[in-house]
Amino acid sequence: MTTNDLPITQANQKVRPHPTQNEALLFEKSSPGKRAYKLPPLDVPAVDAKAMLGAAHRDTPGLLPEISEIEIIRHFTRLSTWNYAIDLGMYPLGSCTMKYNPRVNEFVSRIEGLAEAHPYRPESHAQGILEIIDLLQRCLLEITGMDAITLQPAAGAHGEFTGILLTRAWHESQGNPRGKILIPDSAHGTNPATAAICGYAVENIKSNSDGGIDLDALARQVDSETAALMLTNPSTLGVFESQIHKIADILHAKGALLYMDGANMNALVGKVRPGDFGVDVMHLNLHKTFSTPHGGGGPGSGPVACKAFLEPFLPTPVLVRKKGAKGRGAREAGGEGIESGALHWDYNRPHSVGRVRAFYGNTGMFIRALAYILANGPDGLRQTTEDAVLNANYIRSKLEDLYDLPYSTPSMHEAVFSDKRQLVHGVKTGDIAKRLIDYGFHPYTVSFPLIVHGALMIEPTESESLEELNLFIGAMRSIAREAEETPDLVKSAPHSTRVSRLDEVQAARQPVLRWRPAK
Amino acid sequence: MRYLPKSPAERRQMLAEIGAGSIDDLFASIPAEYRLSRDLDLPRQQAESEIVEYFRAAGAKNFTSYASFLGAGAYRHYRPVIIDSLVQRGEFLTSYTPYQAEISQGTLQAIFEFQTMIAELSGMDVANASMYDGSTAVAEAAMMAVRVTGRRQAAAARSVHPEHREVLATYARHQGLPIALAGYDPKTGRADLAALEAAVTKETAAVLVQSPNFFGVIEDIPAIAQIAHAKGALLIVSITEAVSLGLVRPPVEADIVAMEAQSFGVALTYGGPYCGVIAAKEQYVRQMPGRLAGQTIDANGNRGFVLTLATREQHIRREKATSNICTNQALVALMATIFMAVYGKEGMRELAEHNLAKAEYAAKMLAAQPGAKLRFAGAPRFHEFVLQTEEAPAAWSERLLENKIVGGIDLSRWYPEMQNCTLWCATEVVTREQIDTAASILAAKPVEA
Amino acid sequence: MSYPIHYRYTREHEWISVDDAIGTVGITDYAQGSLGDIVYVDLPRSGDAVTAGAVFGSVESVKAVSDLFSPVSGKVTAVNEELKNAPDKINEDPHGTWIIKVDLSNPAELDSLLDAGAYEAFIAEETGH
Repeated sequence: MTTNDLPITQANQKVRPHPTQNEALLFEKSSPGKRAYKLPPLDVPAVDAKAMLGAAHRDTPGLLPEISEIEIIRHFTRLSTWNYAIDLGMYPLGSCTMKYNPRVNEFVSRIEGLAEAHPYRPESHAQGILEIIDLLQRCLLEITGMDAITLQPAAGAHGEFTGILLTRAWHESQGNPRGKILIPDSAHGTNPATAAICGYAVENIKSNSDGGIDLDALARQVDSETAALMLTNPSTLGVFESQIHKIADILHAKGALLYMDGANMNALVGKVRPGDFGVDVMHLNLHKTFSTPHGGGGPGSGPVACKAFLEPFLPTPVLVRKKGAKGRGAREAGGEGIESGALHWDYNRPHSVGRVRAFYGNTGMFIRALAYILANGPDGLRQTTEDAVLNANYIRSKLEDLYDLPYSTPSMHEAVFSDKRQLVHGVKTGDIAKRLIDYGFHPYTVSFPLIVHGALMIEPTESESLEELNLFIGAMRSIAREAEETPDLVKSAPHSTRVSRLDEVQAARQPVLRWRPAK
Repeated sequence: MRYLPKSPAERRQMLAEIGAGSIDDLFASIPAEYRLSRDLDLPRQQAESEIVEYFRAAGAKNFTSYASFLGAGAYRHYRPVIIDSLVQRGEFLTSYTPYQAEISQGTLQAIFEFQTMIAELSGMDVANASMYDGSTAVAEAAMMAVRVTGRRQAAAARSVHPEHREVLATYARHQGLPIALAGYDPKTGRADLAALEAAVTKETAAVLVQSPNFFGVIEDIPAIAQIAHAKGALLIVSITEAVSLGLVRPPVEADIVAMEAQSFGVALTYGGPYCGVIAAKEQYVRQMPGRLAGQTIDANGNRGFVLTLATREQHIRREKATSNICTNQALVALMATIFMAVYGKEGMRELAEHNLAKAEYAAKMLAAQPGAKLRFAGAPRFHEFVLQTEEAPAAWSERLLENKIVGGIDLSRWYPEMQNCTLWCATEVVTREQIDTAASILAAKPVEA
Repeated sequence: MSYPIHYRYTREHEWISVDDAIGTVGITDYAQGSLGDIVYVDLPRSGDAVTAGAVFGSVESVKAVSDLFSPVSGKVTAVNEELKNAPDKINEDPHGTWIIKVDLSNPAELDSLLDAGAYEAFIAEETGH
């Protein structure tokens, strides 16, 4: 029965405008003969692919859709409208740093000479892009106070992997790679996963009553088998480890290193430098602190900065500027025409941990991050940090009368509450998060860090105006009242979305991970 | 500062409401001795016009408008303009990982479509939502095979991309995973099957080959699968040129496919960001790394999508996770999804045919020049080939550059035995005129000054 | 739900019932309740050796994984294949749904396990009631 044949009843008088209805999958829109492409005429002789490839030939590339250009535009445009985004409003996902992604970043990353540069083009023809990489490296070293850097890691966790490999290589050079990495119980899950894939045992450190590192416990746990402590600073509670120098001293006294997870570096830029407070090696997340877009979950970029003693171990290749070539003319014999003073990749790194990725890293993200640094300058970066911290503290002060604050230590860039006071009405952090969607906000980070039972981890970033902050605070206060008066309303949220709560249990029990044609 | 939506008065008001005397009060937990009392030594704040000018100048320094025969794991294909129109929509660009499914259906459905099309093309049952790139996908695939088999050795062909092998070696070193290398047949450029067979033992978790391999040659996947499976090892096939799947039989005998999908509408941008993927047989899905989108229903019975099987991942399993991967390449995977939709079933095949024809013509023209010959001429290949010249590549490549052509890449940097051998790639964007010009310059021996 | 008195229990919330030196192992009602909807059970293979106090598999909900600890040492004689497609059986009937059967190599290990009363006291302490 088609829609036209339906009898007019109460049930179908109220229709939904069609773009908000379920958008079919691409495959369901396919019909043989529809096209969204046109190739130019072939200017070389055509070949008999079947004859050339023999047994390696395939007749058809499978069930790809056949569809026209307008349908593709509408399809993805409709899908996009079902996403929440920073461009639509506040996205206070703690620890993820959902800040404004400047559009000039996107514009410059698409400049032809940059976007079309092949990674193996001769270095003499890549000097423009190498200058960008070099300037970004120097900026990041100044911001972190470290001595050497690699931009090769593709994301934060990949940076952790690289940083722990550096740690391991250095310990090996000292005669013993050591066997364990210490990780606070408040840490992001990537930390223990990283330590494990680098061949280390993980030893947890319990947080003290302030949510920080217990110095006495640390001193007891650090021994000659400890390779490093992986520390997020500010911590996942948004708290700066004010004893950081003592932590570094305890580690260094036993020959262990201090690794800093730089996920929260946006609370420190321009105010304090990890290199100055005893950090030996750290990673940065360009998609957090330096505004490169999150893009629905990537790409990221996770540069690793370290002290000079770790420099020999950096992944291959390392960018260096040619020196001492003066007087030999512009070109070198047999080389690729590298000019004096030119930048080039040094592959001769006998102590290197090796490669962690093909080519040189996510260059497109380097361009965006540098554009962001240039747009800010030293004064703008400091103001950005101050505003991020100001916003978090403002939210904290406006909500702490209604939401439980498990740690009263001063907050930096994020405020972590718990659902303790709502739980008595049966309302959990996940419910409050879903209800926040109805108020037009993306939820905060739910149930993390693990040391806070029922955590609400709120990171507004610097990108929110006072007006937007007040709207968010108003929504959170309303939800607190609803949790008391109409808890079921909160527990069954969201009520305003295109789909209601999705059945994750069914998705996991009987996984359907791809479309298949109906039989 | 133009990105900050606050006036000085608003900042003062907020401080007053918090009860802070000054902004420095909020940084009091940082010991004073470490607090920075100076400006960072960085370039001054720039206007947008200055930023654009800086990057334009840098781009111009890179010599645009050269014809290029470079491939070797990064390929220049035409990028339909709708890719950038769509991925620059703020709802895709400025959203995060779709943890809150109700307000992330756009990203989730697009991932589901990506997984479906990659599975169709690669001949596997399931594909994940993407990995960092092809090289890390190879390393992660090897670790996955270790988890599946419980064995702790691997065998790899030397015809796998050298940088991918380097990345694998970095990951494998600390997993106690020795890798036995098998050479290539000097006639065909294919993996030496006898050497590969000798490298596989009862302790081998995985056999790794690439097809088309680093020399552009298509491997004999059924034969290699037999070698791997005879000893209970899994077969991992790496695919660095995704467009080849329009015409080349997918490695259906493989257990895991590690792929680089950069060719599907992703700009070269000097090496990244690209789009790795892992695809596999269904029975291995719980050992797969990375995110997966799955179909389900909502409370009203409507179809919807969620991230699923998350218990494999680091945020739940921590040190026991299948991988430490967190971020994937969602926006780049979206580019690839749109690219696959644009070309579709017929276009993907036609595009691959154009690549095959261009490379065949280029190989014929270049190899016909005096002192030049084609290596591995007997084996089937896609759009890359190895050219051996009497003249050193350093000499003729300079001549090509002077004529605004970037020639093939010198293979001796990775394969010392391949003196004067270069790897050339001709995709659909290379013109007959460029090929003819390159051939004539190659033929023109220099006049000694 | 009551805890059968002829079972023995671990502090990691597995139960075992022994008949003729063959132990039948499952997880307790308390365990399934705190885990929520079980979506997957990672099972050992028949013939595998298990050790008292060591991990032999895991159960998963949507957002959590819980290791399974063997109450006893011995050899796995059977695994409940039905759980591969119907893991929710554990939620429905935790004390009637077995996961593995073990041929005990050291029946004396049973003496260190909790009886029903001790186990109930133990979980009351864990939940702070």
